[in-house]
Amino acid sequence: MSGHTIEIILSRQLADCLTVPVFIVDPQGTLLFYNVPAEEILGQRFQDSGPMPVGRWSTLFYPLDEDGNHLPAGELPLVKTLNNQEPAHKSFWIKSLSGKTTKISVTSIPIIGRSKEFTGAIAIFWDNERRI
Amino acid sequence: MRVILHGTRGAYPTSSIENQKYGGNTSCIEIIDGDQRLIVDAGTGILGIDFDQHYTSDRIDILLTHLHLDHIQGLGFCKPLFEPDKEVHLWGPGGSTNSLQSRLNRFLSPPLFPVVLRDIPCNLQIHELPNTTFSLGRFNITSEFISHPGPTVGFRIQNGSKTLTYIPDHEPVLGRAHLYKEDEWVSGLGLAMRTNLLIHDSQYSKKEYGDKVGWGHSSLEMAAEYSARAHADHLILFHHNPAHSDDFRTQMFDTFMEKHNYDFPIELAVQGQEIEL
Repeated sequence: MSGHTIEIILSRQLADCLTVPVFIVDPQGTLLFYNVPAEEILGQRFQDSGPMPVGRWSTLFYPLDEDGNHLPAGELPLVKTLNNQEPAHKSFWIKSLSGKTTKISVTSIPIIGRSKEFTGAIAIFWDNERRI
Repeated sequence: MRVILHGTRGAYPTSSIENQKYGGNTSCIEIIDGDQRLIVDAGTGILGIDFDQHYTSDRIDILLTHLHLDHIQGLGFCKPLFEPDKEVHLWGPGGSTNSLQSRLNRFLSPPLFPVVLRDIPCNLQIHELPNTTFSLGRFNITSEFISHPGPTVGFRIQNGSKTLTYIPDHEPVLGRAHLYKEDEWVSGLGLAMRTNLLIHDSQYSKKEYGDKVGWGHSSLEMAAEYSARAHADHLILFHHNPAHSDDFRTQMFDTFMEKHNYDFPIELAVQGQEIEL
């Protein structure tokens, strides 16, 4: 069997304990895990969906800039981190499938463990309009 | 493949009369196939190995799961390290910033030890292990980082058709009563999957674990659940808490076995025990 690396597994354990939404993706962008607070953003439960390819989870909400224009994927922190393996941060708006629009800040960091391999990225979301 | 348990105790060695049944030496096992031998971990158990009789070749390989003292305390007194004609290969996990050699130096140098690593007389070769697979003679070895404080690997060692998995210090999930239901989210499970013999951490009772979350160790219950999930043929419960008397440990084990019914043998590790695979 091919299991996740220990740094990915421990990232999930951390995410499980947090009250802010967290995404964990592999280097291809597959959403390996999202915690319960993140289920509100995606409108799905992890125990129902399991891992999701980037082509699926990226369609579950719409990122918008301050003028309400669609934000290109390359502008999203998590995508930047996947592309250049560096931390990224940005505040923007998201519109869920239910039509709800929320201003959020996202910080993403690369996950590089002791094997020095880039094994994915973790993104932490902060709802700017309320303390989560 | 034959496995000898030279040290089964966790944390610190004990000479207490209450710890003679399961043994007082800390982690060290030896794996033997004919004239080929591997040593895994260098706790005080390594001092029980008769190097003069069994290690006639010039080369000795010692695998280290991690550098906590109970896994390296015997290293400084290991006879071959002080024999100039011996070639000793140490294999262990690299760190995030400090090399294996520099971390070993902290232990093998004053004030903790009188001789510095560079003055060890043998031909000492140090190899850092990432997540990897490599061969030493007829042993095919997989190392993988697992959940334990500090850089720590577990080993899966294959010899012919038989496999041994050695994960002496391990907290496969933190603060949860059970493993994640998806196999890929269980620390080190690939190392243990369908292994013939699993030697696994079992330092705590279930109750004790509640007060020791994050310390890097397993309860008997977690070790057994882990072994069942891996479909291991045989589980040996390892890394006995030196604060427990053997009577207490036996009672803890008997109570556990009365409450659970696993379809594979489970036993407490005994210092000096030999297992043929």
